[in-house]
Amino acid sequence: MFEILQYKFIQNAIIASFFGGAGCGIIGVWIIMTRIPFVGVAMSHAAFAGAIFGLLFQVNPLLMAIIFSLISAALIGPVAERTDLDPNVSLGIIFSVLLGIAFLGMGLLKGPKTEALNFIWGNILLLSRGDLKLLIIIVLSIFLFLILLFKEIQAILFNREIARAVGIPEKAIFYAMIFLSGMTVALSLNTIGGLLIFSLIINPPSAAYQLTYNLKTMFFLSAFFGVCSCMLGLLFSYIFNIPSGAVIIIVSSVIFGLSFIFSPKRRVKQYESS
Amino acid sequence: MNQIVELKDVTVSYRENVALKNISLNIEKGSFVAVIGPNGAGKTTLLTAINGIGNILSGSVKVFGLDINSRIRREIGYVPQSLSIDPRSPISVRDVVMIGRSSKIGLFRYPNRKDIRIIESAIELVGIKELSHRPVGHLSCGEQQKVALARALAQQPDIMLLDEPTSNLDLRSQKEIIDLIDKIYQEKELTIIFVTHILSHIPASCREVIFMKRGCIIWSGGVDKALNEKLLSDLYDCPIKEIKKEYV
Repeated sequence: MFEILQYKFIQNAIIASFFGGAGCGIIGVWIIMTRIPFVGVAMSHAAFAGAIFGLLFQVNPLLMAIIFSLISAALIGPVAERTDLDPNVSLGIIFSVLLGIAFLGMGLLKGPKTEALNFIWGNILLLSRGDLKLLIIIVLSIFLFLILLFKEIQAILFNREIARAVGIPEKAIFYAMIFLSGMTVALSLNTIGGLLIFSLIINPPSAAYQLTYNLKTMFFLSAFFGVCSCMLGLLFSYIFNIPSGAVIIIVSSVIFGLSFIFSPKRRVKQYESS
Repeated sequence: MNQIVELKDVTVSYRENVALKNISLNIEKGSFVAVIGPNGAGKTTLLTAINGIGNILSGSVKVFGLDINSRIRREIGYVPQSLSIDPRSPISVRDVVMIGRSSKIGLFRYPNRKDIRIIESAIELVGIKELSHRPVGHLSCGEQQKVALARALAQQPDIMLLDEPTSNLDLRSQKEIIDLIDKIYQEKELTIIFVTHILSHIPASCREVIFMKRGCIIWSGGVDKALNEKLLSDLYDCPIKEIKKEYV
C-alpha cells in the first residue's frame, strides 16, 4: 500500500489535506464563534460560482474563484455589521444568489461538464503544484495572523462590541479574518468541492467546541480534526475507490457526532438536569 | 473647570427613531454622575455616544478635549448591560479580563509582567480571584458583572461608563456591585458615569444626577435635590407614590 506514496499526485493530495484541513479548521473557529455560519456557505458558493465562470470565459478557474470569494468577503463584512437585518438572513440571501449564478454558469457551459462537476464534489487527486503552493502560503498566513493577533482575535470572538469599546481595531481585524476565510475557501475548492467545503468549515470547530473551555485548545483541536477528516477521507477514498470530498465530509461529521456524544459539557448538562 | 467629556448638540438616530436629541453635556474630571430615566430614555445611547460606538448623526463629542478614536477608547472602561454568554463558551474569566488589557498591550505584543500584575490586581479588587480559571459562561449574572468591572479596570481607564450594572441581579448581588463601584471610585479616583433606572441603586459616592426622558436631558443637579416628588413624577410619567414603592 505504501508504494502509492511515491506518486507525486498522492504526495500533493496529502499535503493539501494537511494544509486545507488545518486552514478550514481555524477559519471554522472564527465562523462558529462569531455565530455567522452562513459566512462559510456564502463564501464557498462564491468560490464555486467564480470557478464555473472561469470555465465559461476560459479564465483560470482558481483565479476566478479567489476573485469571487474576495468580492463576497467584501460584501459579507458590511452585511454582518448591519443591525437592521439578521446577518444569517442577509447571508442566506447572498448564498442563494451565488448558487443561482453558479448554476446559471453551469447551464451556459457547452459540452461535457466534468470539470465543472469537479468543483461541486472536488477532486483532491487533480490538484496542481501551483494550487498547492498558494494553499500552503495562505494557510501559513492564517497561522501567523492567529499567533500574532491572538489576544485581539479572542476579544472579537468573545464580543465584537466590547472589543471595539476597549480600543481594539476590531473592524480591520474582523475584515482580515473574513478575507483570509475567503482565500482559504477558494483554495480548498479543488480539494473538497464548492458544495461540501461548508461542512469542513463547520464540523471540526463544532466538534472542538464540545470538548474544551479553552480557546487555544479549541483552535488546536479544530485544526487537528480538519486534518484528520481530510487524511482519513483521502485514505478511505483510496481504499474503497469512492469520491474523496464526500468521504472527507462524512469523516468530519462522524468526528462531530463522537465529540457530541462524549462531550464533557453535555455530561455537565445531564448532571445539572438530573 | 477641567472638562473630561464634552457633548455639544449631539443627535443619535437608529433608523426612524431618534435616540438622543441635541444633547449638550459637560462632565468634569473626577466626578461621579448618575444618569436616571425610564426605559427608552436614551441612557445607553448617551454612553455609546461618549465612547464612540454609537452612530452620531450630528453634533460633537470630545473626550479629553479630543475627538473619539480607538486610542481614546483605551482610556474609557465600558461595562455594558449584562451580556448573554453561552455556558459552553471556551473563554475563561481571566481571558475576559485580559481583553480589557489587550489594547493597552498593543498589536503584535504579548502581556509582560506588569500587564499580568494589573490583571491580577483588577481580579482581586472585584473579589473574583477564586473564579479566575472558570469558564465565564458558568458564572452567575452578579459574578459576570464583577468580571466586566475587572475587565474595565484592567484598562486602567480615566473614565468608566457603567450601563445598568445592577440590572437582572438579586438584592444581595445588587448591593455587592453598588458597594464595589463605590470602592473603585474611591480607590482609583476615576470619572464615573453610571446609568440606571432605579434611584436606590445610585452608589453613595455619587453626587450628581442627570434625568433623561425621550432622548433629552430634562434635569440635572445634586443627588439630594433629585429626590423631588414632582421631578420624579414627571420623569416616569407616573404619580410619585407608585414610583417610591419600586424605584426610590
